[in-house]
Amino acid sequence: MMHLKETELCLGLPGGGEPDTLKVTGKRGYSQTVDLMLNLQTNDQSSSSTDLNDKKLQNSAKNNKDLIKPPAKAQVVGWPPVRNYRKNVMAQKSSNEETEKMVTAAPGGGSMAAFVKVSMDGAPYLRKVDLKLYDSYQQLSDALAKMFSSFTMGVYGSQGMIDFMNESKLMDLLNSSEYVPSYEDKDGDWMLVGDVPWQMFVDSCKRLRIMKGSDAIGLAPRAMEKCKNRC
Amino acid sequence: MGFPEEVLEHVFSFITSHTDRNVVSLVCKSWYEIERWCRRRIFVGNCYAVSPAMMIRRFPEVRSVELKGKPHFADFNLVPDGWGGYFYPWICEMARAYPWLEEIKLKRMVVTDDNLELISKSFKNFKVLVLSSCEGFSTHGLAAIAANCRNLRELDLRESEVEDLSGHWLSHFPDSCTSLQSLNMSCLSSEVSFSALQRLIARSPNLKTLRLNRAVPLEKLSTLLRRAPQLVELGTGAYSAEIRPDVYANLTEAFSRCKEVKGLSGFWDVLPSYLPAIYSVCSRLTSLNLSYATIQSPDVTKIITQCPNLQSLSVLDYIEDTGLNALSLSCKDLRELRVFPSDPFVANANVSLTEQGLVAVSEGCSKLQSVLYFCRQMSNSALTTIAKNRPNLTCFRLCILEPRAPDYLTFEPLDVGFGAIVEHCKQLQRLSLSGLLTDRVFEYIGKWAKKLEMLSIAFAGDSDLGLHHVLSGCDSLRKLEIRDCPFGDKALLANVSKLETMRSLWMSSCSVSLGACKRLSQKMPRLNVEVIDEQGDLDSRPDNCHVEKLYIYRTVAGPRFDMPSFIRTMDQNPTYRS
Repeated sequence: MMHLKETELCLGLPGGGEPDTLKVTGKRGYSQTVDLMLNLQTNDQSSSSTDLNDKKLQNSAKNNKDLIKPPAKAQVVGWPPVRNYRKNVMAQKSSNEETEKMVTAAPGGGSMAAFVKVSMDGAPYLRKVDLKLYDSYQQLSDALAKMFSSFTMGVYGSQGMIDFMNESKLMDLLNSSEYVPSYEDKDGDWMLVGDVPWQMFVDSCKRLRIMKGSDAIGLAPRAMEKCKNRC
Repeated sequence: MGFPEEVLEHVFSFITSHTDRNVVSLVCKSWYEIERWCRRRIFVGNCYAVSPAMMIRRFPEVRSVELKGKPHFADFNLVPDGWGGYFYPWICEMARAYPWLEEIKLKRMVVTDDNLELISKSFKNFKVLVLSSCEGFSTHGLAAIAANCRNLRELDLRESEVEDLSGHWLSHFPDSCTSLQSLNMSCLSSEVSFSALQRLIARSPNLKTLRLNRAVPLEKLSTLLRRAPQLVELGTGAYSAEIRPDVYANLTEAFSRCKEVKGLSGFWDVLPSYLPAIYSVCSRLTSLNLSYATIQSPDVTKIITQCPNLQSLSVLDYIEDTGLNALSLSCKDLRELRVFPSDPFVANANVSLTEQGLVAVSEGCSKLQSVLYFCRQMSNSALTTIAKNRPNLTCFRLCILEPRAPDYLTFEPLDVGFGAIVEHCKQLQRLSLSGLLTDRVFEYIGKWAKKLEMLSIAFAGDSDLGLHHVLSGCDSLRKLEIRDCPFGDKALLANVSKLETMRSLWMSSCSVSLGACKRLSQKMPRLNVEVIDEQGDLDSRPDNCHVEKLYIYRTVAGPRFDMPSFIRTMDQNPTYRS
């Protein structure tokens, strides 16, 4: 305070230069401008700013953090000091995230990943695969083979699709002791993997089950029926 | 001195720093004369401090001009549109006077397409154009630069606001242009012709810096990289694409060929699956800017733990305390850390980043000099620990998101913590304060911060005493910017001569009266005291009303006349009426 008294001698401002009035003048101006900037109710703001500067109250109010914190957030111009470009980029990102969240409700529903559960009869645990990582049934077969090493998906036709019209071929496969993959589609039906084009499969598959060929026989006629209806 | 001019000139050619050259010119009249004829580089920190004519008159043989316009707070929308900072008067005079000009570097200035065209046609040997945080021009202006500057070496548009009419400007680089060394177009949004970009890169063997914009797709990045394996600084475009093994393989291979890359940036829209493609360059990286990458802590950590030579890191607060801890263990050469907020307008923490992260880095990174840190809580004990750990700090900018937030442990002001920073970090040149602060912190700053050149204050202090401590104590102060503080007339009027030793002072939403501004202006003829008042007519305001915004700067050019109606320079002669 002594320093300021010295400097006060240089100038005579209107309203005098007594230390007490100085403090009062300063404070009044401050809370006025704060009200303008924060757009808050005058009463709340000026009372909390007094509280902030009252050490006694601070020390005794250790458990009452809310008393000391300013009231509900109103955006202050230029605070926090983040540049416009950055603000725009971050705002864009969060709106993208919103859209992504809505879209990932169903697996494979146009989002970046399509994770589905994979179970194998006799295996003690389930796995998950992201169907979007693969471009074809062959790639999926390779990946599943790695995961469940005792498993092979058999040999597909050149287009990777089971030739449902060739009944004998199909019956051979299903009579073997080899495993075949089946999947639950959007309608809740269990289908043999390979009956539809790859992308369609990715979009409709909800979960995978690798079962013994002999157990899958029950699926085939239904699969053939569905295929006939679709084609 | 007995030496012939040529000898002195030769000696002076080794003196490159602006301050040193200024000192040299003050030794004696003949040194002043010799020096002014051989000065090649000019830096004008405030474009209104001197007029173009004065600069040209004193320094006739300049090759490089660097100018700064708007006050720093313009970055945060505190400076109204139309404030000024026009490049126009400068380019008009320089076009006439400096036919051999090679470099123009501008920061926070208003540049038009006509200005750019004039640059492109006036200087036969023009090489370097850097427009940092500038505005007022469009991609048409860039087309003129591309088309006409035969020997262009560097075109850097960092963070400028460009009216993006099309990406066609890039195609204006003639096939004969092979001189490009540095291209930074990261602030542009329009897509440029990929084939034009590819060809430009292929015929620029000296290209060292390439910062692409977001619109350059990731699938095509490998094509560009393959044509520029000599790159040292790379800014990617958007860093995501459909997950395809071939794209990933190409990208990985292209990065592995870039043996010279030391700096990476860009990384908008990151898809984490593609991040491992950069792993092969990590060990050589000295600079990494992930501040637009919204990737989570584990992904960030995986990268930085592979960068033992990292010196500069910019990142979002998604890195969290765990990531910063990993940083402190892996990157022992770290000099600069900048942590930006991912969600600055949300009251509650969306990420687990606290003061502990910064403490960890201050402990583990012994070369840490420069910090910019946004966080939601801080304590005096953490600040004191940081100060004691890192007395070599030269730049400390802390932004606690909530204004006036106290020490979260003790609920006390953060005076003691920041006091420790200025006491221990004796080389501190730049400081930004935040949190709950009383006049006491300014007492510490005035006492200890003798090397401080730039100080930013917001929502702090109790009275004029605070400002007085700063103005009377900080011997090296050049730039002071203050917002929403209870500082009024007394401290200003008690320290008038100090203001002439500084470049500038900005005060907004404080308690300075119009009358004090007038008085200050009358006392100090070599200061421009500019009052900004967007609300109403300044003429009708009483002297005791508080001004909205105030910008005071020293100048030898007198008051300026390019201001909008809501900005007034206070009269210097009390009897003069305009």
